[in-house]
Amino acid sequence: MAVEDYELIVGLEVHAELSTKTKIFCSCPTEFGAEPNTHICPVCMALPGALPVLNEKVVEYAVKAGLATNCEISKDSKNDRKNYFYPDLPKSYQISQFDKPLCNHGYIEIEDDNGNPKKIRILRIHIEEDAGKLNHNEFGAGTLVDLNRAGVPLIEIVSEPDFRSTGEVDRYLKKLKSILQYIDVSDCKMQEGSFRADVNVSVHKKGEPFGTRTEMKNINSFKSITRLIDYEKERQIYELEHGNTIEQETRRWDDLEGRTFSMRNKEDSQDYRYFPEPDLVAIKLSDEYIENIRKELPEMPESRKERYMNKYGLSEKDSNSITSSKYLSDFFEKAGEIANDYKSVCNWLNSDIARILNEKEMEPEEIPFTAEELAEMVTLINKGTISTSIGKKVLDELFENPKSPSKIIEEKGWVQISDKSAIKEVVLKVLAENAQSVADYKAGKDRALGFLVGQAMKQTKGKANPKMLNEMFIEELKK
Amino acid sequence: MDNITNLTVHELVEKLKSNELTSEEITKAYIDRINDKEKDVGAFVTLTTDDAEKKAAEIDKKRNANAQMHKEDTKANVESQANSENPVCNDELSEFAGIPIGIKDNLCTKGVKTTCSSKMLENFVSPYDATVVEKLNKEGIISLGKLNMDEFAMGSSTENSAIKITHNPWDLNRVPGGSSGGSAAAVAGDLVPWALGSDTGGSIREPAAFCGVVGLKPTYGLVSRYGLVAFASSLDQVGPITKDVKDCAMLLNIIAGHDEKDSTSYNVEKKDYTKNLEKGLTGIKIGVPKEFFGEGINIEVKEQLEKAIETYKKLGATVEETTLNVAKASLAAYYIIACAEASSNLGRFDGIRYGYRAKDYTTLKELYVNSRTEGFGNEVKRRIILGTYVLSSGYYDAYYKKAQKVRTYVKNEFNKAFSKYDVLLTPVSPSTAFKIGEKCNNPLEMYLADICTVSINIASVPAISLPCGVDSNGMPVGMQLIGNRFEEEKILNVAYKFEQEIKFRENHKPSFKNK
Repeated sequence: MAVEDYELIVGLEVHAELSTKTKIFCSCPTEFGAEPNTHICPVCMALPGALPVLNEKVVEYAVKAGLATNCEISKDSKNDRKNYFYPDLPKSYQISQFDKPLCNHGYIEIEDDNGNPKKIRILRIHIEEDAGKLNHNEFGAGTLVDLNRAGVPLIEIVSEPDFRSTGEVDRYLKKLKSILQYIDVSDCKMQEGSFRADVNVSVHKKGEPFGTRTEMKNINSFKSITRLIDYEKERQIYELEHGNTIEQETRRWDDLEGRTFSMRNKEDSQDYRYFPEPDLVAIKLSDEYIENIRKELPEMPESRKERYMNKYGLSEKDSNSITSSKYLSDFFEKAGEIANDYKSVCNWLNSDIARILNEKEMEPEEIPFTAEELAEMVTLINKGTISTSIGKKVLDELFENPKSPSKIIEEKGWVQISDKSAIKEVVLKVLAENAQSVADYKAGKDRALGFLVGQAMKQTKGKANPKMLNEMFIEELKK
Repeated sequence: MDNITNLTVHELVEKLKSNELTSEEITKAYIDRINDKEKDVGAFVTLTTDDAEKKAAEIDKKRNANAQMHKEDTKANVESQANSENPVCNDELSEFAGIPIGIKDNLCTKGVKTTCSSKMLENFVSPYDATVVEKLNKEGIISLGKLNMDEFAMGSSTENSAIKITHNPWDLNRVPGGSSGGSAAAVAGDLVPWALGSDTGGSIREPAAFCGVVGLKPTYGLVSRYGLVAFASSLDQVGPITKDVKDCAMLLNIIAGHDEKDSTSYNVEKKDYTKNLEKGLTGIKIGVPKEFFGEGINIEVKEQLEKAIETYKKLGATVEETTLNVAKASLAAYYIIACAEASSNLGRFDGIRYGYRAKDYTTLKELYVNSRTEGFGNEVKRRIILGTYVLSSGYYDAYYKKAQKVRTYVKNEFNKAFSKYDVLLTPVSPSTAFKIGEKCNNPLEMYLADICTVSINIASVPAISLPCGVDSNGMPVGMQLIGNRFEEEKILNVAYKFEQEIKFRENHKPSFKNK
């Protein structure tokens, strides 16, 4: 049998940290990066006698996420305990939701590999708390527990097994991330672990029932997700082709080796002993509450796209890539407004900036300069203070050492020479030094003009205004 | 004057008001009493008597200063009535300021050990106060110490304490009941004027009955559980253990009320539970469920309750036999729900962040297993295992889910009963206090001690336990009065009128003897 005879089936469970100011069951801050164990209290460190109180913002954010992904919002929901022992889980249970999640039966529309629209169904979205972090071998003292993250609110978005290719998975994740950012419920910073996925992979022969799936947990890079799916697909097909069966198990993805490894199988799988959380009351939502959240949902990417095409004359392709990230889209709108030139800002974002981000493997959020700085650079070009080619150098500088572009060109001496007498001086000098080219031009060889302009540019280190230079040469050569 | 430690709190309050006694005198009297009797009773896990003396002195000082300022205020007012900037006494003391108390050792107290009578928490000091403890502090009530209990409140005799055995002041060979055995024995032995206990399946009422004092399990949600080390979250309630019903109502006034830190605490209107105590019982309908008087209930207990029924008739109440078939089903459901919740609640005692950690371990699993094996006592382990089992996949529906259905059924049966009766009257325990060691090796028989009390927790309703007589050994017999949800006022009234009639405290005193 050939590889083509197999169909890939993928399902995703995405965990997104919510960007509420305080934790889900206490009022400790959720801020990332603080000194270990400084954002803790009796509740999130599970001292005896402490009780959880549900942060209402968490419910609101989760409902927003549900509405933005076309879910039905449950008016009668509850919390449950998921019991297991691990040092990063101070209560020895995670407060989550089991049989009555907040949101059910939604979908996100993406494109399949042929560019046709496809709905990826969302089974459920539920709220839960994050665990703490274990710092291994730091300070040479074995493993240390940091509970700052314990109790940071999460939503888990569980998809149906609707993906048939890594491309679909990638587009879904990017779309989901962009939606959560648009509605402002999660910053989705993957490097901080605030957007991560459990990936379920199986293969089966077309026309036959689904195969046994394996699960890879807590993957926080899009690239790793597509790589591990490709690997796992190949591995499973290889096993099946060699007459072996696939074990239902959790496998560990090793990013360096590019392989998955067996971690634990079904026999020693955990029994989480879910039961209703007795310390919290049922979550009852009114129609009015849900409708009010619906009304306040911000403009989504689709509608921004329309606006960019109609109002700013952007192409569909450009609009798509700008709106793929809320950060980029906000950046674009701000810079476009200040420079009063949306088109140029868009061109910079989609060409040079996109290329540099790609080279450096950076997310739009990591652009080191501000929208104001990009706008200033565009304005400097439009005013003729610098040329486009100097603009590219300024951009490189903005990535390396961000500061005001006018300061950069001043410091680097990149101001374009637009002074007529200065230009004339250079032109006369070049003409005097290149008698042969002057003769060629006069003999009808237009190409000689290009050479002369190039020489002038060389002498001014690219700072001469190319338009003025051109005009001045023609004028002088006519004489 | 009568012995200070023999006075009720409401009597002490009057004597403080009339300057017949100072807080220091009261506190010292209790410390003397503790020095004299604690060795026989063994009610305390931790004594905070030194701190109590200091606090009492401070309160007396403040009280004197306030009195002085009041005098000067009055004078100043007379001298210059136009002066609006008179110093105001905003440091007013509550009427309970300087009254001592004892606190069950599963209520968190800042800076003082909270052990739950377990090796697991033997040296644990909470960095915060339980909400009820905060409320006591706000009143200026002074803690004499932390009181012994069955480990993590699991038991009916306080014999499951890993710290010490508590003896019943009425007969030192007998148990004080449990799990709030230290609290009940301390109140009965006049080691504290009143105490806080907690009740998950009878842990306030049964020891109150065994020790001849008054104990109230409030409606679930009336009193905050924040800072009460959880045993079974959906059943636990903090409540008063006192010398008489009026003290009980007063302590309930102090501890009841909504708490933002406890999502399961109800936001109900604040009441004065002492207000209706004196109300006559004419028109009150008391139901006596015959199922609570069946097989297994000691004949002498029955006799005392029958006398109580006659007393109520005399007091003008209507008393009728009725049916309420919930006891057996409740006991089964109770041991499933309570153990399930406990198995999860006690998971946090893992030796990682606080509490007991085994000395020998090489792996994480060993750290967990060894710490918990060494840190927990047998009864706690028994319930964790039971609770883990009933929540396991494949058994959840048969046990936990079914127990929840039983819970709904029990609630409905109580609702039906309260549509006909104001209160229900039952025994508290099938027997009076049993001998120390008598039931230690028979957990099932020990569980049956809860047969009359657990249905009350399962139904989330309030119930009070008060003495109604003594058996032929001179041991107190308890009577339980059950009310509808948030009708503490009614059961306190019905209990108070009875107490006034039979005057148990005047006729019976603990012997402090080995009988």
